[in-house]
Parts: sequence; structure tokens; C-alpha cells
Amino acid sequence: MIDPIPVGLDVVLLSRLQFALTIAFHYIFPPLSIGLGALLVCMEGACHVTGDKDWERLARFWTRIFAVNFAMGVATGIVMEFQFGTNWSTYSRFVGDVFGSALAAEGIFAFFLESGFLAVLVFGWDRVSPRLHLLATVLVALGATFSAVWIIVANSWQQTPAGYALVSHHGVLRAEITDFWAVVFNPSSLQRLTHTLLGAYLVGGAFVASVSAWHVLMGRHVELMRKALGLSVLFAAAAALALPLSGDLQARVVARTQPAKLAAFEGLYRTTQRAPLSLAGLPDDSRQETRFNIAVPGLLSLLVHHRLGAAVTGLDAFAPADRPPVALSYFLYHGMIGAGLALAGLFVLAAWRLRQGRLHQDRLILWGLVGSVVAASAAGQLGWGAAEVGRQPWIVYGLLRTADAVSRSVPASHMLASMSLFAVVYLLLGAVWLRVLDSKIRRGPDESDEPREGGWLGAAAELADPAGRSFTEPRPEG
Amino acid sequence: MDLRVLWFILLGVLLAGYAILDGFDLGVGILHLGARDDRERRVFLNSIGPLWDGNEVWLVTFGGALFAAFPEAYATAFSGFYLAFMLLLFALIMRAVSMEFRGKSDSPAWRRFWDASFFGASLAAALLFGVAVGDSMLGIPISPDREYAGGFFDLLRPYALLVGALNVSLLALHGSLYLQLKTEGELQARINRWSWHCFGIFLTLYLFTTIITLARVPQALSNFERFPWLWGVVAASVLALANIPRQLYLGRPGRAFLSSAAAIASLIALFGAALYPNLIVSSLDPAWSLTTANAASSPKTLGIMALIAALGLPFVLSYTAAIYWVFRGKVELGRLSY
Repeated sequence: MIDPIPVGLDVVLLSRLQFALTIAFHYIFPPLSIGLGALLVCMEGACHVTGDKDWERLARFWTRIFAVNFAMGVATGIVMEFQFGTNWSTYSRFVGDVFGSALAAEGIFAFFLESGFLAVLVFGWDRVSPRLHLLATVLVALGATFSAVWIIVANSWQQTPAGYALVSHHGVLRAEITDFWAVVFNPSSLQRLTHTLLGAYLVGGAFVASVSAWHVLMGRHVELMRKALGLSVLFAAAAALALPLSGDLQARVVARTQPAKLAAFEGLYRTTQRAPLSLAGLPDDSRQETRFNIAVPGLLSLLVHHRLGAAVTGLDAFAPADRPPVALSYFLYHGMIGAGLALAGLFVLAAWRLRQGRLHQDRLILWGLVGSVVAASAAGQLGWGAAEVGRQPWIVYGLLRTADAVSRSVPASHMLASMSLFAVVYLLLGAVWLRVLDSKIRRGPDESDEPREGGWLGAAAELADPAGRSFTEPRPEG
Repeated sequence: MDLRVLWFILLGVLLAGYAILDGFDLGVGILHLGARDDRERRVFLNSIGPLWDGNEVWLVTFGGALFAAFPEAYATAFSGFYLAFMLLLFALIMRAVSMEFRGKSDSPAWRRFWDASFFGASLAAALLFGVAVGDSMLGIPISPDREYAGGFFDLLRPYALLVGALNVSLLALHGSLYLQLKTEGELQARINRWSWHCFGIFLTLYLFTTIITLARVPQALSNFERFPWLWGVVAASVLALANIPRQLYLGRPGRAFLSSAAAIASLIALFGAALYPNLIVSSLDPAWSLTTANAASSPKTLGIMALIAALGLPFVLSYTAAIYWVFRGKVELGRLSY
């Protein structure tokens, strides 16, 4: 264990708030990139398979939106990497040896892949052959997925540490890697990766569905948008249906490896046989019970242990200092589930109407789809909030407490200054981002999304430009 | 070879890759307001448009590799330079979004705002990188518990600021040479004149910095006795620098650009030679410095990372080269441009 460090609560609180603010803002973008990336592959692939140029128009339109989100993701993501060192340096010293391999793999295999081929994806439409462009799209989508893999490996190790030994390094304990594959496949990483990727696919599907539904409602580009609507509704419906299943598997891992977290999620203060599944209620620490609890008796035991009579560990099994904040965990978790189930219902309904060929006339469902991206994104935020709050008071579960993990040399005043800076900059950025997105989306696919006449050979001939015109002079057209 | 030495060198390679690649796009940002009108500014932005985020990944990977290979140095430096890093982050964010957002509206005020922010952020980032190098050369107050024991303004020493200015002039030069490759005609001729000005300013600051370094940081030469071949690096850097005006005079900006890239790489190699085996020098007591020996991860981690790098780097280098090849040639403002 790390020595207790004399740090005022305010530094811990400020660091936690700043981390929460910056990670929540950052996490708007990665699911959009992962989900949209997969859909871009579908659209461009559909164009290759069917030869229908509408799919290329759609892919070009969505690529421009993808690029804006990606830039925001890169810009806000660098903050996250720096922040481990700036605000959580004691934690960095503790985990550096274990995280080292995952971070190196992420940089080498994911970041370079994404950002390199993004250039071809965004700027290469008229420069490379369609087949090469499709390859670039696939590689960007793969890169986005790879980075999720390594980030989730690292975060899952914080939840369920494995493959390490505690070693004294110049008088301070740190975790050192003993088994690389045990770190990668720690008890929770596969379930959490599946759940996170499915969540990202839901966000991406809901985003495309939302924009397409809006255009259909407004009667613009209807022919084109109905194609995108059909694809995205099926895509999102599949993700939304798979999510509760993956969530169930994941919750059982939580019950096994982090029982205090599960108890907080469920507002279960006492270890109970035939434990009820709480649907709604108000956890109250002072009474040590969940008030106004609407619950299904025995269902939690059934879900967790597949036996109605099995006992589920409650918060009373843990010392008060080792319990997460119950009410916050409970609301974040139940908020995620509520949003997820509502979305599953909406997309299944939409898929059914699509099968009937009536979706484009069903204005109620279309308006529901317009709002779906906000709910999907919110569900992701709530789920991550639950995962991180539920791990408290630990930063590395059972090994290092959050309060002991902050930087010791940074005064609270500096943190207050940086947090104010981030708050102002992120507000500004968020507003500008929404404005840019809004104008791109409202305009919809335009002439710049038209496939090149004569294919890429025509484009190449134009690039070679036998007329010898200056490239820096504006072109008369295009 | 000792894995810790290998990772010290690899960090230098990543830093050099970053400095050369993002260096030219920071340089383009520093020169951005020198463009006369909106079209020229778009040419500037589009010269780096498809490449800047790939270039920035070198910094992200450098940060990740430092965290992974030398977590103690990462933790001490990032928490010690707290406000400086926050300013750097702010600058990098503003740069990224300035490029992305500038073209999204035709309003002149909108574009002026993002132009100014692109310039200011590029300048600030270049300055801060230089200041960090200067402070690393001088050493910073590190206490025995490996924590930074100074304040923000302790970092803004005259020598550090001088290195900051040196870096600004070097990257402006590097960026101007890159822009010459990407432009034509009257604009290219004008940028050629900027290159000469930048070189003059750089040369003055460079001579000045060298003299002060030799006077104030004599330990920077301590490795040269052990490894006399380091004098070869000094010679290479002087030759590379001298080749820049020669190629400019001969009207070969491509070779001038390669020379400035080589100069940047050799200056970073000299920076590493001056530090080694230290990562962070304690100005309070040399025994409290963070070194490759006492700040590193375990040999097992360094070995796994070396394997990952060996597997991945050939791919990274080959497709980075391929992507630069796709986007070679002069800037063409088209429908996909910023």
C-alpha cells in the first residue's frame, strides 16, 4: 500500500472534478468515431458491392462530419493522456509499469493507423482509387476500435487488477507486470470491451438515424436519406438488442469481482437471499436502506447467480470507508439502463416499421429517432459514470485509493486555474462544434459530395493537368 | 544493449520525429499571419491540412512512451510543469480546432478570429517546447521525494526563454521551407525571402545560445569525453545548418527542407547527449536527479514495449511515407479543402 499522503481534500476533489469534466467532454467523440467509422465502412462497402453511387454520396457526406468529430476527439484526447501525469502523478508512478505495454501498443497500433489513414479518408476521395479509399476507411475504423481495446484494457485493469506483483521501487510500492496476457485479458476486460463497443455502435447508428430521419421529415434528399435511415436503424437495433445481453454478462463479472460496486448499483444495503432487482427507488445512507423501492423480488439473485434463493452481497459486508457513494452510483446505473431499454424499444419499433415499408411515413417514430442520438450518447456517459463512481474509493480496486493518487506538488490554486480554463474553453468549443455540425447537417449532402465523373482516372488526369495551370490558383470549378 | 538505454534513444527518436513533422506545421502556423489574403491563408492551412493530426500523434506516442518507459520521470515532469503543460494543452487544442473551424463560415470576423488563434497557439506551443528544453538543460528543483519543489515562474528563466525563442525561429524557418515546397510563383518567392530572414534570426539566436550553454551548463559536455563520437553529431548539425543557406541560394527548397529536418534531428540528439543518463536534472542535488536507472519501468515491461515497437514501427513508417506520397506536390485548393 502507498503511504498516506498529507493532501487536503480540495486537491483531490478538484482533480476528480477536472478529470470528470475533461473525460466526459472527450467521451462525446470516441463513440461517434467508432460507430460512424463502422457505418462508413458499410456505406462504402455497399457502393462497391451494389455499384449504387448514392452510397458514395452518403459516405462522402458522413466523412465530412466524421472529420469534425475526429478532430475534436484528438484535441480533447491529448488532454487525457497528459492529465495522468499532471494531476494523478502518484497514480502514474504506481501503474506506469503495468500500463506501459498497453499504452505503447495503443500509440503504435491505433493512433498512427487512425490519424494517418484519416488523411486518405477525408482528403483522398479524388486522389486514390476507390478500392484504396475503401481500404483507408476500413483501417481508420479498425484504428478507432484498436484504441478502444487498449484504453479499456488499462481501465479494466484498474477495476480488476491481474498479472502484476507489488514491488518496492526506491522505497515506494508500485505494481509491476508479471504476465502480459493476464493484464490484457484481466477478468473484466472482454465483457467491458464488448459493452463499450456495442454502445459506440448504438451511438453511431443513432447519429446517422437521427440526421437521416430529420431530413426525411423535412422532405429533403428523401431518396438518399431513406437508404441511410434503413441501414442505420438496422445497425442501431442490432446494437441496442445486444447491449442488455452484454450488460447482463458484465454485471455478473462485477458481482464476482467488485461486489461493493454491484451492491451500490442496486441500492442493496444488506446481504440478502432472494435479493430483489430494484427498478426505481431512493438509496438513503442515513437509514441504510433504499426508500420507495419498486423492486422485483428475487430477480437480482436470479440474474447474478441464476438461482432464486442465492444470497447477493450487500454493502454491509464492507467497511464504511470502502463503500462507493451509493445514491450517485445507483442513479447513474439506473439512468443508463433506462435510456438503453428505451432506445432498444424505439429501434425495434423502427426496424419493424421499416420492414413494413412504412417507416418514412411514421412521423412519431421519425421524431423519436431524431432525438435518439442524445439518449444514446447520454447512456454511454451514465454507464461510464457508474463504472468509475462505483469503483470508488479506489482508483485501482483494492490497491490504491483515489485520495492517495493525486499529484503532490500541484497546489489547489493551479488546479482551480486549469479547471476554469478547461471549463471556458470546452464551453466555447462545444458551442462552436454544435454550430458547425448543425450547419453541415442542415445543408445535407451537397455538390462537393458528388462522385467524380470518370472515376479516379479522370481525377488523376485532372491532377496531372497538362495545361500547366498553377495549382495555387483557384480552380474555375470543383 | 541495456533496454533502458534503448528506450532513452527511442524516446529521442519519437521526439525528433515529432519535432521534424509537427515542427513544420507549427512553423506554418507561426508564419500564418504573414499571408496576405484569405486565399493564401487557405493555401497555408491546406499545405498541412491532411498531415497535422498524424504529426501530432508523434507527441501523443512520445508522452505514452515516456509514461510507459520512465513513469517516474513522466509523473515528476508533468505534475511539476503543471501550468506550463496546461498552457501547452490549451495551445494544441486551439490549433486543432482553429484549422477545423476556420473554413466553416465565410464571415471575415469569424476567419480573422481563427487566424489569430491559429497563429497564437502555434507560437505558444513552439515557445513552450523550447522553454521545456531550456529548463531541462539547466535542471529544475527536484526534492529527494522526486517531486518538483519550485513554482511556475521558476521555469521562465532567461536561458529557458532564450531556448524558447530559438525554437520559435527554428520552426518558423522549417515551416517556411516546407511552404516553399507547397507553393508556386510570387507567393513562393515571397516565402523564400521569409526563409532568409528566419535563417538570420535563427543563426543569431543559435550562436548566442551555444555560447551561453557552454558557459552556464558545462556538464552538457561531460558525455563527450566518454563518447568522443558525439563530436560527429556536432559536426553533422553544423553541416546540416550550413547547408540550408547553400540550398536556398541554389534555389533547391526541397534539399533545404531536408537539411533543416536533419538539423532538428541532430540538435535533439545533442540535447539527449547533454542529458544522458539523466531524464530530469535536480538543480538542488545531482543525487536527486531522475535517471534512466532510477526512473525506469521493469526490464520485463521495457522488453514487451520493445517487441511491440519492433512489430509496429515498420508499418507506421511505411504507411506514413505512403501517405506523404499521396499528398505530395503543390497545394491545390479544391472542394475538399479547408
